[in-house]
Amino acid sequence: MARTGRIREKLRWSKIYTFSCIRPTGSMTADASPSLSLPGPGHSRVVRCNQPHAHRRNPLNYPSNYISTTKYNIVTFLPKAIFEQFRRVANLYFLLAACLSVTSISPFSPVSMIAPLAFVVGLSMAKEALEDWRRFVQDMKVNIRKAIVHKGNGRFGNKFWHKIRVGDVVKVEKNQFFPADLLLLSSSYEDGICYVETMNLDGETNLKVKRSLEVTLPLEDDQSFNDFSATIQCEDPNSSLYTFVGNLEYERQVYALDPSQILLRDSKLRNTSYIYGVVIFTGHDTKVMQNATESPSKRSRIEKKMDYIIYILFTVLVLVSLISSIGFAVKTKFEMPEWWYLQPQRVGDSHLYNLSTPGLSGIFHLVTALILYGYLIPISLYVSIEVVKVLQAMFINQDLQMYDEETGNPAQARTSNLNEELGQVDTILSDKTGTLTCNQMDFLKCSIAGFSYGLRSSEVEIAAAKQIASEESGGSVQNGSGIDYWENGGSSCGSSPEIKLEGGITCKIEKARKPMIKGFSFEDDRLMQGNWLSEPDPDVILLFFRILAVCHTAIPELDEETGSFTYEAESPDEGAFLVAAREFGFEFCRRTQTSVFVRERYPSSADPIEREFKILNLLEFNSKRKRMSVVIRDENGQVLLLCKGADSIIFDRLSKNGRMYEVDTSKHLNEYGEAGLRTLALAYRKLEESEYSTWNTDFLKAKTAIGPDREAQLEQASDMIEKELILVGATAVEDKLQKGVPQCIDKLAQAGLKIWVLTGDKMETAINIGFSCSLLRQGMKQICISPVNKDLITQDANKALVLSLVTEQAVKEDIQKQITNASQMIKLETDPHAASALIIDGKALTYALEEDMKQQFLSLAVDCASVICCRVSPKQKALVTRLVKEGTGKVTLAIGDGANDVGMIQEADIGVGISGVEGMQAVMASDFSISQFRYLERLLVVHGHWCYKRIAQMICYFFYKNIAFGLTLFYFEAYTGFSGQSVYDDWYMILFNVILTSLPVISLGVFEQDVSSEVCLQFPALYQQGPKNLFFDWYRIIGWMSNGLYSSLMIFFLNIGIFFTQAFRQGGQTADMAAIGTTMFTCIIWAVNMQISLTMCHFTWIQIVLVCGSIATWYLFLLAYGESSPLISGNAFHILVEALAPSPVFWSVTLLVTAACNLPYLIHISYQRLYNPMDHHVIQEIKYYKKDVEDQCMWTRERSKARSATKIGFTARVDAKIRQLKGKLHMKVSSLSAQTVVLPPSPDVL
Amino acid sequence: MEMEGGSSSGSAGGTQTHHRFSPMRSRAFYRFTQQNLPACKPVLTPGWVIMTFLIMGIVFVPVGLVCLHASESVVEIVDRYDVECIPEAYRSNKVAYIKDSSISKNCNRTIKVQKHMKAPIYIYYELDNYYQNHRRFVKSRNDKQLLYGLKYKDTSSCKPEESSNGLPIVPCGLIAWSLFNDSYAFVRDRGEMNVNRKNIAWKSDREHKFGKHVYPFNFQNGTLIGGGKLDPSIPLSDQEDLIVWMRTAALPTFRKLYGIIEEDIDADEIITVHLVNNYNTYSFGGKKKIVLTTSNWLGGKNGFLGMAYIAIGTSFVLISVLFALIHVKYPRPRGDPTYLSWNRKSNAS
Repeated sequence: MARTGRIREKLRWSKIYTFSCIRPTGSMTADASPSLSLPGPGHSRVVRCNQPHAHRRNPLNYPSNYISTTKYNIVTFLPKAIFEQFRRVANLYFLLAACLSVTSISPFSPVSMIAPLAFVVGLSMAKEALEDWRRFVQDMKVNIRKAIVHKGNGRFGNKFWHKIRVGDVVKVEKNQFFPADLLLLSSSYEDGICYVETMNLDGETNLKVKRSLEVTLPLEDDQSFNDFSATIQCEDPNSSLYTFVGNLEYERQVYALDPSQILLRDSKLRNTSYIYGVVIFTGHDTKVMQNATESPSKRSRIEKKMDYIIYILFTVLVLVSLISSIGFAVKTKFEMPEWWYLQPQRVGDSHLYNLSTPGLSGIFHLVTALILYGYLIPISLYVSIEVVKVLQAMFINQDLQMYDEETGNPAQARTSNLNEELGQVDTILSDKTGTLTCNQMDFLKCSIAGFSYGLRSSEVEIAAAKQIASEESGGSVQNGSGIDYWENGGSSCGSSPEIKLEGGITCKIEKARKPMIKGFSFEDDRLMQGNWLSEPDPDVILLFFRILAVCHTAIPELDEETGSFTYEAESPDEGAFLVAAREFGFEFCRRTQTSVFVRERYPSSADPIEREFKILNLLEFNSKRKRMSVVIRDENGQVLLLCKGADSIIFDRLSKNGRMYEVDTSKHLNEYGEAGLRTLALAYRKLEESEYSTWNTDFLKAKTAIGPDREAQLEQASDMIEKELILVGATAVEDKLQKGVPQCIDKLAQAGLKIWVLTGDKMETAINIGFSCSLLRQGMKQICISPVNKDLITQDANKALVLSLVTEQAVKEDIQKQITNASQMIKLETDPHAASALIIDGKALTYALEEDMKQQFLSLAVDCASVICCRVSPKQKALVTRLVKEGTGKVTLAIGDGANDVGMIQEADIGVGISGVEGMQAVMASDFSISQFRYLERLLVVHGHWCYKRIAQMICYFFYKNIAFGLTLFYFEAYTGFSGQSVYDDWYMILFNVILTSLPVISLGVFEQDVSSEVCLQFPALYQQGPKNLFFDWYRIIGWMSNGLYSSLMIFFLNIGIFFTQAFRQGGQTADMAAIGTTMFTCIIWAVNMQISLTMCHFTWIQIVLVCGSIATWYLFLLAYGESSPLISGNAFHILVEALAPSPVFWSVTLLVTAACNLPYLIHISYQRLYNPMDHHVIQEIKYYKKDVEDQCMWTRERSKARSATKIGFTARVDAKIRQLKGKLHMKVSSLSAQTVVLPPSPDVL
Repeated sequence: MEMEGGSSSGSAGGTQTHHRFSPMRSRAFYRFTQQNLPACKPVLTPGWVIMTFLIMGIVFVPVGLVCLHASESVVEIVDRYDVECIPEAYRSNKVAYIKDSSISKNCNRTIKVQKHMKAPIYIYYELDNYYQNHRRFVKSRNDKQLLYGLKYKDTSSCKPEESSNGLPIVPCGLIAWSLFNDSYAFVRDRGEMNVNRKNIAWKSDREHKFGKHVYPFNFQNGTLIGGGKLDPSIPLSDQEDLIVWMRTAALPTFRKLYGIIEEDIDADEIITVHLVNNYNTYSFGGKKKIVLTTSNWLGGKNGFLGMAYIAIGTSFVLISVLFALIHVKYPRPRGDPTYLSWNRKSNAS
C-alpha cells in the first residue's frame, strides 16, 4: 500500500527547492576520525540502530518511552502528601496540638483535637489524590498510543508507545505524531524529505522540511530493515529544540548529523505518506519532555495574604497564651497555696500545679493555653476554603455559557485553588495561533489591475459596522443576543450630531454566512463562473489566477469521493490561494518533478484545458526574503517569473512600467489591512531566453557552491532576477479569528485588562492579527523593535564586511537605543487619545530580557496600549510572563493552546489552556481550560469577579467569627485564675467550626453574588474592584478583626454582667458554668449568623435554609445532647429544657447580645450605603428600583461609561474614527459657514 | 423585599437541559448550576435603615424598663458575716480560729427587713474569691461514680481526692470534698422559721445524675478534712446541698441556693440568723455573705439586664435620629448614577 503512494509522489524536491533543501554533498568520511568521537563531554550517547535489545542492559540502558507526569505513586503518595499537608503552618500547629492532647496538658479531650485535623487533612489529601489520578490517566492515554515498529526480519507491527526503546526502527504515517525523538532515515519521497508540523513544540504553523542523509535513502521499504545496522553517537539529552550534534556510522563510514534529520516527539508528520526513523531519545529524554518543567503549585494572592493574617493571629495567640501562662504562674506562686480546696500541696502525678516550681507550671500552662486559644486559628478555614473552591469550580465547569457545543468541551477549572485569582487579573498574555485565530485562512478579497473584488466583509468590518449602526439608531442593544456592543457614550440618546459613516466603512451586515468551501469566502460574481472575461483587463486577471495556481510549493491530492483536489501546503495561506484558484477555474491538479499542471476552465468550452507549466526554478519563501518566486516556461515557450510577496517588498521591485496599478492597489491594500486581512502582492516579469540562461548559470553556480556564503550568493542571485516586476494585484486573506475574539478583547480591555500577544509567528502575521482583533488600529504609533536589519546588509554583498562588525554588543546597544527613543517619544506625547503599540521581535527580546535592560523594556511596554511579541520561543514566552509578573507585581494570566505555551502557562499566576484542536499539553499544564478564547471574558468578568469577592468576604468573616469566639475563652481565663478551664463544653467547641457556623459561610463562598452575571458583563468597571483589591485590603481585614474583638467583648461581658450572681429564673437557681457557657455560646451562634446575613446581599433559599438551619441546629443539638445520658452530657444534661428555655433572661440575653454585636457593622454598612456607596451598591439600587427598565437611556449611558478608557479594542477604534470624522466635520462646517452656506453634512463628504 | 428571578439570558443553555428529571426539577437544577436561582436581594435604603434602628430602639427601651422594674420589685437582703462572726480575740488570726475545731463556731446575726418579702424567699450563701471554676477543681469529680457508686472503680479523674486509707471515697474528688458547711437557722419573733432545704437542686440532677442507691462512703475520713460531712445513711440523690455545690460556678464570686423560706416576712420585721460558721474562707481572704431574696419572672435582682437594654435601645434610637438628620441634610437618591465611581471621577477632574 505504501508502494503506490511512493510511485505517485516520486518527486525529488531537492531539485526544485533553492534554499532549504541543499544536501551537504560530501560525507564526513574524509575529515572525521574513524573512532567516532565527538568533541567534549555531554556527547556520550550511543545508539545501536535496529538493536533495541542492546539498550536493555548497561551501559546503554536508556529509559523506555514511558512518560509519567504524576506527582506521586502508590508508595510515595502517603508520605509525600502528608508532608505537603503539614507544610501549611496551621496544620502543623494543629498536629502538635493533637499530639499534646493525649497528655494532661491539653484542656480538651484527644478526640476533639484529632478528629477535625484528620478530617481536614484527609479531605485535602483525597483531593490531591484525585488530581494526581487524572494526570495518571492522561499519561496512560499517551503511553498506550500505538506506533509501527520494526519487529525483526523486515516485519513491522504495532507496539505501545511506552514499550518503544532506543534503537527501534519505527515507521510513522501521515498525520501521526512521532512517538519519540527520531533520526529520519527515509521517507515516501525519493530524496528523503518529509514535512513536519511543530505546532506543539514552538507554535509555528508553517510546515518544516526535514531531510534524511543520502546514505540512508535506500532503506525505503520494510524489507530493507531486515539487516540494517548502524551506530549513532550523539549528544546527551538536553532541552534545546533547535540543536543536535551527532554522528552516524553506517557501512563503516561516518556521517555528521544535524538538526534537520531529527524528528522530535510530539511533532506531526504532514504531507508525507510515511517515514522510517530510528529512535534516539525516548520518554523523559526527549527534547519536548526535557523542556517540560515541573508544574509549579500556584497559590492565589488572597491565600498568600491569608498566611499573613494567620501569622498575625498566631502572634495574638502566643501573646494571649503568654499573658495566660504568666498569670497562671503568678497565681500559682502567690495565691494558690492559700486555696486549700484545691489541695495544692498534693501535686499528684502531673506537674501542672506544682507550687514549688511555678515557673515550670507556667511553661506547661503556656502549652495548654496555646491549645486552648487555638480557636483563634480557624482549623476549618482551609477545609472550608477547599470545599468552597471545589464548588465554585463546579459552577465554572457547569456554566453553559462557557460550553462549546461544537467540540462538546465545557470550561474546566483544573485546579480549584486559583478561582479568586481570576478576579484580580491585570495583564493577559495570549498566544496567537489557535488561541486568537483558528489558524484557518480564507481567501476573501483581491485587487486585480486596480479593481477591488470581493464583496464579503471581514469579521472586523462586520463588527465595526454593527457598532456604528447601533450608535446611529441609538437603540438599546439586546442582552444576551450573542454580540453585544456597547454604544459610544452620550450619543445613544439622540443628542449627538448625526454622523454617517458609510463613506468610511462600506459594508452591509450580512445574514448568517452560508456554509462554504473551506478556505474560500470570496463572493463576487464579477470574477466567478468565468465572468472575469468581461472585466476591463481580462489578461491581467488571467495572469493573476495563474500566479495563484502556479507560484507555490504545494502538492495536490485527489479526493477519490468528490473528485476534487485538496492541497497539502506549507502554509495555510498557500492552501487558501490554491482553493481560490480552483474556484476561479484554475485547478492545480498535478505536480511532476519539473512541471505544474493546471486545468483551466473557460465558459467557452465545456471541458477544462490542462496546461503544463514547466518549473525552471523555485525561489521559495523565507522570513528574510518575504517573497517567493517561480520561474516557469509556459506552453508557448515564454519564460516568466511569477512572484508573490509582502507588498512593501514587491513595490520596491517594480519596474517603471509595472507601476500602472500601484496607486489603486496600495489604496486597496490599506483598506484590506484596516479590515484586518493578511495581504500579499502578486507580480510577474517576462524574461527573455538569453537573460534567463545567463542568470540561470549564475544561479546554479550559487546553488552548488559550498561554504558559508552559499546562502548569501543565492540571495544575491535571486535578487538579480526578482526585479523589474510588473504589478498584477494583491490578495487579501482572512486569518480567521476564533468566534467572538475581537468582542472579547474589546470587553476585556474595557474591564481594564492589558493584553499582550506573544506569538511564534512572523512579525507581519502578528501585526495583521493585531489589526484584525483590534489590538492595533490605523493611527496608532507602532513601535517596532527588532535587531539591526541584517537583510539590508546581506543583500548588499559589498557591505558583507559590516555584518561581521555588527557584534552582539552593537546589536544590544542598538536595541537599547530603540527602547530609550521609544520611551522618550511616549513621554513627549501630549494627545491623550494617542496610543502606541509595541511590536518586538524575538531576537530583540533576547536582549531586552537581559538583566540590565528588562526594567527599561517593561516600563516601555507598560506605557504602550498593546504589546505584541513575535517570533518568541516557548522559553521567551515564559520569561516575558515572569518579567510582567515580577516587574509589575500584578496578577498575570497566560492563555494558549499548544505545547509551546506550556512554559508561559505555568509561569503566569493563572494559566488558561484552550482545549481545542491541538494536543492536550497546554490544557494539561493549565489551571483552567476553556474551548474558545471568547469564554475568557465570562471566566474573568463573571466568575473571577464573583469568586474573588466570595473568597475575600468569606475569609474576612472566618477570621471575625473565630476571633469573636476565641477571645471569649481568653476573657474567661482571667476569671478562673488562668487555669485553662473553658466555659464551654468540649462538644460545643468541636461543633462550632465544623457544623454550626461552617455551612452559612460556605454558602456565602459559593452562592453570594453582588450583582448578577449580566450586570457583571454590562459593567466591566466592576471588575476593577478585584485588581484594586478593594475587598481584601488591610483596612478591611483589620476592620473585620476589630469587629470580632468588639463582638467577643460584648458577648462575654454582657453575659457575665447579667448572670453575675443572681438567680436567673423564677425557681431561684443561680447560673452555673454550664448555664453561662451555653447562653454565651447561644449568643455567639446568633451573633455570627446574623452577621453573615448582614454580609450577604443575595439570598436564595439555600442561604436562608443554611443560616436559619445553623441556628436551629444549635438548639436541636442542645436538645439532643441534653437528652443523652448524663454521663455523656455532664452538666449540659437537660440544660435547655429544664434550665434555660423556661428562663426569660436566657432569651432576652440572646436578643440583646445579638443586637449589640451587630450594631457597629450595621452602622458601617448603612453609612457606607448612604454616603459613600460603592459601584455595586448603586447598581443594586438601580436594579432594585427597576430604574434600568424605566430609564433605559441612563442605563445604557452608564454601561458605556463603565468601561475603562481603552486604547485598544473595537470601541477605541470606533472612537478614534469618530474623533477623526468629527474633526473633519468641524473643519468642513467651519469652512462652509465661512461662506455662510450651511449644508447638512452629507455622507460622501466623509 | 423583591423576589427577583435571575434574568432571562439563559438562552445558551436551552439545548443542554437535562431530560433526566421532570421539567420542573430540571429547570430548578438548571438554574442552580447556572447560579441563576431566584433570590431575594434586599437593599438597605435610608428608610429601611432609619426604621430598623428606630424599631429596634422602640423595642429595646421598653423591654429594658420592664426588666428594670421587675428587678426593682425584688427585695434582697445581703449580710456579710465572715468578719463579724469571728470573736474579737481571733480577729488577727482568723485562719487559726476556723481551723480549731474545739471552738464553737456558733454566731448570731440580726437582719432588719425593710420591705415586705413575699414567699418564697430564697436563702443563698455567697462566696467571693473562690475559684470553683479552676480547672483542677472542675475536673476533680466522677459522674459515673456519683451515679453508680462503688460499682464504678475508675476514679482517676478525682485526683487528688481519689481514695484515703486505701479505700475509695464516695463521692470522690475535690468538689465534693470541699462541700460548703455553714448552716443557718432563722428565728423571728413568732418563733423559728421553717427553711425548706428540699428542691433546691435541679430536678434532673437529683433524678439522673446522683444515684438513688449510692451512699457516701469513706467520705472526709482522710488526714485532710475539707468541708462538710455527709450523712452516710442518706443516698446522694437526696443530699441536695451537695448537688447544688457540685454545680460549679462560672465566676469566682457566686451564690448558691441554701434553702427556701415559705412564709412571708413583713416590713420592719427583725430576723435573727443562728449560723454555724464552719467554712474556711479566711485562708484565701474570701468573703461570706448570706442573702435573702424574693424572686419573680426575671429571677433575682438584676438591674444590669434592664440597664443594658436601655443603653443599647437608646443608642439605636440615637443612631436612627442621626441617620435621619444626615439623610435630610445630604440626601442621596437611591440608584443615582452620579455616585458611580466613574462619574465621580469625572466630576472631580
